[in-house]
Amino acid sequence: MIWVALVFFVLGAVFSIMGNLGVLVFPDVYTRLQASSTCSTTSVFSIFIACMVIAGLTPMTGKIVVITLFFIITSPIASHIIARYAWESEIVPWRRSYQDRRLLGEEDDG
Amino acid sequence: MGIATDDLLLYAIYFFIGSSLIGVIRVVLGPTVADRMTGLNLVSAQILAVLVLYAVREGRPNYLDVALVYDIFGFIGILAMTRYFAGRARRS
Repeated sequence: MIWVALVFFVLGAVFSIMGNLGVLVFPDVYTRLQASSTCSTTSVFSIFIACMVIAGLTPMTGKIVVITLFFIITSPIASHIIARYAWESEIVPWRRSYQDRRLLGEEDDG
Repeated sequence: MGIATDDLLLYAIYFFIGSSLIGVIRVVLGPTVADRMTGLNLVSAQILAVLVLYAVREGRPNYLDVALVYDIFGFIGILAMTRYFAGRARRS
């Protein structure tokens, strides 16, 4: 049973590393939101499954199930709220052509 | 069996504390408000994982109430921050 938990721990660690690196490296709000929402939800969900496997059939497992359901509902909603705020405050999505145009020396027209 | 459950949970707690520091870097140097809120959402999710891991390691179900309330307040905090900054941007 400990090996099943270990597999889920390794899965959560890998997804956590990918999400954190994505948030640190990506160039824009929207791309960072993509990395943050998908990878953090998946990694924390894997960690919760591993905790359920370790805890067994105890009252602790029921509480972890409640926390998991609440987290898996609210985490995408929070990401959606942030994305809608970024879109309504008129942040322009990043494109590669903007950077190329700036490298060519031409002025970008807004 | 070579692996003890307490050591595994302890290493997982150390890993998530260390990886949430990377999110703190994005909170500190994010250019816009939305970047900082993205980093804050990530840090909040990982601190939630740390709280659940600590509760399972100590074997006390009472600590999981703290994790649930932390999750609720993180969500309400993101909601309040977006409403506040959107209202301030619209007024100016």
